[in-house]
Amino acid sequence: MPSYLFWLFSTIMLIGSVAVIAFRNPVSSALAMVTSFVGLAALFIGLSAFFVGVIQILVYSGAIMVLFLFIIMLLDLKDEKRRANSLAPLAAGLVLVAVFFIQLVGVLSHKLPNQIAPPLNKAVLTAAAEGYKKGEMKVPTKISESLESGQLPDVHIIGLTLFTQYNLPLQILGVLLLVSTVGVVTLSRKSAANN
Amino acid sequence: MDLLITLAIIVTKIVFFTFLVVLPLVPLSVYFERRFSAIIQDRVGPNRVGIPLTLFGFKKDFHFFGLIQPIADGLKLFLKEDFTPDHVRKAFYWLAPALTLVPALITVCVVPFGPDVTLFGRTEKLVIADIDVGPLFVFAISSLTVYGITLAGWSSNSKFPFIGGVRSTAQMISYEICLGLSIIPVLLYFGELNLNRIVQEQADNGWLLLPFWTDGKLSLPDLQTALFLIPAFIAFLIFTISIFAETNRMPFDLPECETELVGGYHTEYSSMKFAMFFMGEYAAMVIGSALIITLFLGGWSVGFGLDAAIANFSIGDFQIGGFIHMGIFLTKLLAFILFFILVRWTVPRFRYDQLMKLGWVIFFEAALINVFLAALIIAAPTMTTAILIIGLILLTIVTAAVIWVAKISEPPAKILRV
Repeated sequence: MPSYLFWLFSTIMLIGSVAVIAFRNPVSSALAMVTSFVGLAALFIGLSAFFVGVIQILVYSGAIMVLFLFIIMLLDLKDEKRRANSLAPLAAGLVLVAVFFIQLVGVLSHKLPNQIAPPLNKAVLTAAAEGYKKGEMKVPTKISESLESGQLPDVHIIGLTLFTQYNLPLQILGVLLLVSTVGVVTLSRKSAANN
Repeated sequence: MDLLITLAIIVTKIVFFTFLVVLPLVPLSVYFERRFSAIIQDRVGPNRVGIPLTLFGFKKDFHFFGLIQPIADGLKLFLKEDFTPDHVRKAFYWLAPALTLVPALITVCVVPFGPDVTLFGRTEKLVIADIDVGPLFVFAISSLTVYGITLAGWSSNSKFPFIGGVRSTAQMISYEICLGLSIIPVLLYFGELNLNRIVQEQADNGWLLLPFWTDGKLSLPDLQTALFLIPAFIAFLIFTISIFAETNRMPFDLPECETELVGGYHTEYSSMKFAMFFMGEYAAMVIGSALIITLFLGGWSVGFGLDAAIANFSIGDFQIGGFIHMGIFLTKLLAFILFFILVRWTVPRFRYDQLMKLGWVIFFEAALINVFLAALIIAAPTMTTAILIIGLILLTIVTAAVIWVAKISEPPAKILRV
């Protein structure tokens, strides 16, 4: 991604994030958060992770934040009153910021083996295609064909990794989500019956 | 210099496809809506507005079926008073119409209008952005449309628009799930998320719902493809009906149901701001139809093995068969828009609880079972018979269980009159 696009989208993201806490109207805050998510998605897309970027918009901006907004509107929250700044939350916030800052310094000072990601040009992609051929016979697969034609099939590679290397964690996550969904339905039914 | 040319081509494509192809389809579909509804209700409809030649001393006006009507409609909306009520929340009130129209127009960029064309020695795709996550991109961006409607309802600061906005939020989130789940069989079948390559595959090997040719030659489909017609058709049905709900079109236009909510979320809007909601709805309908055609009905392809010949049609060095394909695509698009209009004027409106039940109890489960069915059919050649039979039995049990649970969880019908 050209660096000016990176700066543009990170600025949008940062402005959105600051606006979330700066606005006093909850609806404005929610919308600022959406802006921030869209900026984040643009950063993902800039890193050639199209799938992650689009899912970021689809799930976070398109579904989760809409539900947030829905709840805010239904509860009819009034503007936050400007509170007297007490010391405790301020100190807690500063500690959190300091911890993250130290972590960032730690990561940046550490010499990583390859700090610059390889450029996704045709030579690199074609070289990577060898690893995705099937079996001893090196039968070309959809992924290797795509890589050889100079495109990054990120959706296919994510799918392959998830369903082979991380199959068990994926299944467990699925069951976890199912359990929570069923739990929500049961709980809401019970409270509805009590009323 | 090369960068400048690339940039110029991209800008030309954006302007051409968005503002000269899709946007004019909006007033055109409004015209069709008025004429078609008139035919259904045995009226004449708007057939008078034409070029007023009598003004210039000619004997007769030039009517041409009233095709100038959309321009007159647009002009009327432009010239109306743009009234902002006092009680609205100004910033959001102004933002909402734009948030409805813009996402619908952004999604144009992944719709493939045709195959490659060669002009002046450059080969160009007839699609603005040929990205590998086509349908997901459309879902992601059009899921942002809901903010426009919700904010319009909330910022109007009055009762009926608010109810309209809340209804639309719940409705669109519910049907997004059905939309996403229903196309999984299609994506499994093609193994591809790039809309352009999906259409190319259909042009070569038969449309998803009409697989009667392979490799450009007419032939009957093999057993697997023929069996796949069942999940494909279920997916088509769920997807099409969910698109109706997602675009707030007639059997499901509860956010603007005028018998209950005056005008719904746009009650407080006038003039061009109202027109933008209107355009947003129609643009979403155009994009929705384009997506249905692209995924299920072969996109720009004519089918029956004629596509290769048309795509290679050229005059001199200019290989312009792509434009013929684009014409075919637009014809299919217009046909589907007419289908949308036909449904609007023939099917009565759903009740809100019926709508929610249809989405959550019927479509959600049907789409999930459909995914299993499609996966079973696709994986069948690589599985042993025993596993295949076990899979079939499991599928039947799951289907029966879902239907049973849906039956027993249904509250008993109230008897209104004895």
